[in-house]
Amino acid sequence: MSKPRVAIFDFACCEGCQLQIVNLEEEIIDLIGVVDVVEWREAMSEQSHEYDIAIIEGSITRPEDEHRLQIIRSRAKVLIALGACAAIGGVNKMKNNFDFNEVKRCVYGKDAEMPHLATTTTRAVHEVVPVDFTIPGCPINGEEFARVVRELLLGKTPTIPDYPVCVECKAKENVCRYEYGEICLGPIIRAGCGAPCPTAGWRCFGCRGFVDNPNVDAAKEVMEKYKLTVDDLKQKMVLFNSK
Amino acid sequence: MSKNININVHHLTRVEGHGNIVVNITDGTIEKCQWQVPEAPRFFEAMVRGRRYDDIQTIVSRICGICSISHSLVATRAVEDALKLEVTEQTDLVRHLLHYSEQLQSHVLHVGYLVAPDLFGEKSVVPLVPKAPDAVKTIIKAHRVANQMSALLGGRITHPVTLTPGGMTRVPSTEELKALKKELEAIVPDLVTICQVVLSVAGGLPNFTRDTEYVSLWQTHPRHKGTLSDYTFYHGDIISTDSKGTVVPISKWESVANEYVSPQSTAKWTKWHRDSYAAGALARFNNQAEKLSPLGKKVAEMFGLKKGCCNPYFNSVAQLAECAHVVEASLEIIDKLLTKGTKFEKVKVTPRAGRGHAGIEAPRGILFHSYEFDKNGNCVWGNCCIPTNQNHANIQLDFDKLVPKYMDEGEDALRQKMEMLVRSYDPCISCSTHYLDIEFVR
Repeated sequence: MSKPRVAIFDFACCEGCQLQIVNLEEEIIDLIGVVDVVEWREAMSEQSHEYDIAIIEGSITRPEDEHRLQIIRSRAKVLIALGACAAIGGVNKMKNNFDFNEVKRCVYGKDAEMPHLATTTTRAVHEVVPVDFTIPGCPINGEEFARVVRELLLGKTPTIPDYPVCVECKAKENVCRYEYGEICLGPIIRAGCGAPCPTAGWRCFGCRGFVDNPNVDAAKEVMEKYKLTVDDLKQKMVLFNSK
Repeated sequence: MSKNININVHHLTRVEGHGNIVVNITDGTIEKCQWQVPEAPRFFEAMVRGRRYDDIQTIVSRICGICSISHSLVATRAVEDALKLEVTEQTDLVRHLLHYSEQLQSHVLHVGYLVAPDLFGEKSVVPLVPKAPDAVKTIIKAHRVANQMSALLGGRITHPVTLTPGGMTRVPSTEELKALKKELEAIVPDLVTICQVVLSVAGGLPNFTRDTEYVSLWQTHPRHKGTLSDYTFYHGDIISTDSKGTVVPISKWESVANEYVSPQSTAKWTKWHRDSYAAGALARFNNQAEKLSPLGKKVAEMFGLKKGCCNPYFNSVAQLAECAHVVEASLEIIDKLLTKGTKFEKVKVTPRAGRGHAGIEAPRGILFHSYEFDKNGNCVWGNCCIPTNQNHANIQLDFDKLVPKYMDEGEDALRQKMEMLVRSYDPCISCSTHYLDIEFVR
């Protein structure tokens, strides 16, 4: 059997998720041995229009990017959205909370109307083309990425946890961030990251997106217990989970 | 001799972000020679408005995955400047360590994975795995140790979660610091090996120079005078090879960068004393080479790199010297932390209205952030100036000199030299928006 051909493409993002693939360090040599990487602009000069698996990093923010993504989709058998920007829009969607002309003026001043600075609504990949698998996180968890790739190669259907970060945070025996007077999104955000942020003394800011059916009542109870409002929670959801 | 050349490199490879190179030579006349930056703009300065002071570093860290630690650190310090927060010596030292881990990781990645393939005549690091397995494994090991250091100090490798205005949410224990010390001591011989491997192919670096202004930080913080951290990546004010010793305060960075919009680029460009300047490892080296650690100096000597070098391709060599330097500087700081031991320090912040500024050396050059907050601590204004932006105009001016010099070598050789030139700057185009393509128009 020939090795599956894999191509990695990036759109509007920080490219930190591609970096997590490099950060697999020694393990990446094994992965490269079982697939045929045919295009990966950040790491290689080779390019190809023939691939089985397309991995998409970044959000879609311009008409030309939408067009490019559609071409990639038409060529790929399997399309994977890699990381928060591709999966849910991530921080790039904060822009959608503002008037775009005002946003351009804020950053580019008197030059805001130059045609190459045009921008449109930020969208996640699944809002533009069908997505087969999603690897969430900002950045992605490298181990999770390697697991998904291995499962795909073995013909299994990879799954991502659908329970909240609190489950993994409690397993790490962390004191709840609410006890420190903080607003943590752990109760409603998808686990699988291993709760590194609360473990390092920081709150969950929601980079992996919501679980499929967030327990809104439980979240409200938590907010009430700590004398916080739903609006306080929404102020934190803006960071990675704007619409 | 080739009279007609068309180079059209759309989305240059082995760089972070999207850039194009376009060259059009007809009958020996250069009609077009451009460095273009088509990266999708993301408008971070607009997006931070309305967010609370302690969410800023979480947002702007996402400007760049490769230098997320520098962005988080400089944002945290700009917020601290605005809110008039002082940090303890322990916080200062732990943050230095976190920052050094990023320099090491980024430099090893750039020289080992992105530049070395050019010198070995390969299109990526992948063919080097069977060709030079020991060298590749050594590079991977140094990269892994740097990343483990980031994870220990930043809570995870990329986009750190231990920084908060006023302090750190977690500090390493003395046991963790001792283990880190051992790891760092063990990779010193590996770094020397990496330098020797690169040196064996360094003849492939083009002999191209162009008189250039180099801009970097200059240490002004009393705590670090006389230490290895006097060669500064972190504290200090702004100096240039053209400023004749005059140091410009960080709060006045906008008068150094003089940002402007170029129709070739979605990233803003900058200029100071001349039409362009360069930032990065070579700029830091040219401004403060005498302050390098002993091994850092030895690496520079190995390659014949001397202060005043104006060959942009030697930025990668300066990065290797800095790899050695940051390991020795980290060991010095670990020893300092170990003499006192570490403890968690609680942070108390009272929001206040004000504007603050900070500068830092990201691996690819000097980086500025400024923010203003209202009395409740909500952000009302932000401005960031990224090192790659500060190199765009200089890359264009290098092209303007390089193309006439090498056009007689033919299209392929010229394209190769232009691609290598851009790579040598270690550009972070997502940072500057997201940029890089080469296009030779025939």
